[in-house]
Amino acid sequence: MKTRLSLSQKAGLLSLALFAAILLVWQLATLPEAKIVAADVDPEYAALMGGGTASSASSFPTPAAMAQTVWQKLSDPFYDNGPNDKGIGIQLAYSLARVLGGFFLAAVVAIPLGFAIGNSRVFYQAINPYVQLLKPISPLAWMPLALYTIKDASASAIFVIFICSLWPMLINTAHGVANVRRDWLDVSRTLEVSPLRKAFRVILPAAAPTILTGMRISMGIAWLVIVAAEMLVGGTGIGYFVWNEWNNLSLTNVLFAILMIGVVGMALDSIFGVLSKRVAYQE
Amino acid sequence: MTNSAIHPFLQVEHLARAYPSPTGGDDVTVFDHVNFRIHKGEFVCVTGHSGCGKSTILNILAGLDSATTGNVFMDGREVSGPSLDRGVIFQSHALMPWLTVLENVSFAVKSRWASWSKQQVREHAMRYIELVGLKGAEHKKPSQLSGGMKQRVGIARAFSIEPKMLLMDEPFGALDALTRGVIQDELLKICAETQQTVFMITHDVDEAILLSDRIMLMSNGPHARIAEIVNNTLPRPRERSAIHREPHYYPIRNHLVDFLVSRSKQFGSLRDAPDAPSSPTVFDPADLLESGPSVVPAPPVGKPHIHLVNA
Repeated sequence: MKTRLSLSQKAGLLSLALFAAILLVWQLATLPEAKIVAADVDPEYAALMGGGTASSASSFPTPAAMAQTVWQKLSDPFYDNGPNDKGIGIQLAYSLARVLGGFFLAAVVAIPLGFAIGNSRVFYQAINPYVQLLKPISPLAWMPLALYTIKDASASAIFVIFICSLWPMLINTAHGVANVRRDWLDVSRTLEVSPLRKAFRVILPAAAPTILTGMRISMGIAWLVIVAAEMLVGGTGIGYFVWNEWNNLSLTNVLFAILMIGVVGMALDSIFGVLSKRVAYQE
Repeated sequence: MTNSAIHPFLQVEHLARAYPSPTGGDDVTVFDHVNFRIHKGEFVCVTGHSGCGKSTILNILAGLDSATTGNVFMDGREVSGPSLDRGVIFQSHALMPWLTVLENVSFAVKSRWASWSKQQVREHAMRYIELVGLKGAEHKKPSQLSGGMKQRVGIARAFSIEPKMLLMDEPFGALDALTRGVIQDELLKICAETQQTVFMITHDVDEAILLSDRIMLMSNGPHARIAEIVNNTLPRPRERSAIHREPHYYPIRNHLVDFLVSRSKQFGSLRDAPDAPSSPTVFDPADLLESGPSVVPAPPVGKPHIHLVNA
């Protein structure tokens, strides 16, 4: 008898098959070529040339070596052996702290400002040219200015995150507030609702899905930008870790860091996914 | 009674509304010279073709819109903005979809009586939710309700603030005929219990006859006016299943339909005539029946204004 698989079961099986295929291709691509040559080469010479063994740090890691690294790094994430050797957990914590700091500051500025812009057409038209001009600037372009004025590398990274998180939140908040249905505003007018109560009980919940979409986009961009920003400012953080391991020629660690950036990014996004669902409403 | 005739509860004087012309010419006057009075406890319906400005008049009464000229007085005070004294039931029900039924009504109750405790607000809101027959659905979101149930929540919300006057803009326009009938019956019952003063816009002649004490007929815009006022003499309490047996039912209904089909158009061409009526004609089916038994669909005899309208 044939058993029917549900959609998610099918998708799960396909995902596993894809994973297996990737591992297989990876394994085949990283087979030690040395074995073929090694037969008629002096092993000592091979060792000197660094090609004879698979344990060389600079060679592309095999899936098995990668798995071992992942296990080893994740089993001790918070060690600290000085500036160039910290656990992955510590590096990610630095990056997360900067992202959350910059993001929070941006939210504090963007959401009230977006509220004001969305409520007033005059204000909207007055601010719009600045937003359109500043929005397309790569946040990293602000870095020299930030370093010059703030004179602190870590704070400059936070500033860069602030700048890149600002625009999507500002635009979405203004858009959400400006497009609150007239009916709801009319209801609150006929009920003589005070401006503050109207803002929190009517406009905010009405615009919340749009605002949260803006926050989600901002967080996505902030997590993209922090890696590049930390490569520039150095010292700590996952971006610095990637660059440092590249300088150490440890592709295994670079790969591991890439994987971790993906995992954390996914986790941040799914947090906003849950929040979005919570404020969503069906008309 | 005589006192309220001298000082009507709601008085509308020379109301007019003009919009800038989209083509850049003179302003377009949607309606002008609109005068009428509504007494306390009265149920008045307005009908007329789309574009005659009925909804604008209602919004002006609500304080959501403003007139180009003219004044509205309620209870001796001029209407200059929205107020809790006037409850509005919107055609699109205008419930807040992120709140439950109870929260929607409570929001209004809390707006009216800010100092009430949570318990008081809840009890008061529940009383009106029960009144419209929605007990058991109070924790549902509007998206889980049918169109008729949503409109009932709108009615409960408007009644819950115990306004001095209720304004309804085609509240049942989007409902199917069966649901509309049921809610009309409920509205009739609630209005009888609460002695609510109501101003209601409707396109439905039968709805107007079932619910109202007087029906105001508006001519077509631009320069729309209240052309006639029909006294609805059908006795209360009214039953949907029995009102068509009342002797006044068909005269009133035919008069209304005649107006909407033909006279509403003709009235517009008269507005520049030197003897154009400045106040609307009053149609009373009682006059009609006295003047002869055979004139069911015909316009009333002995009413000079009607002749003028038909000229």
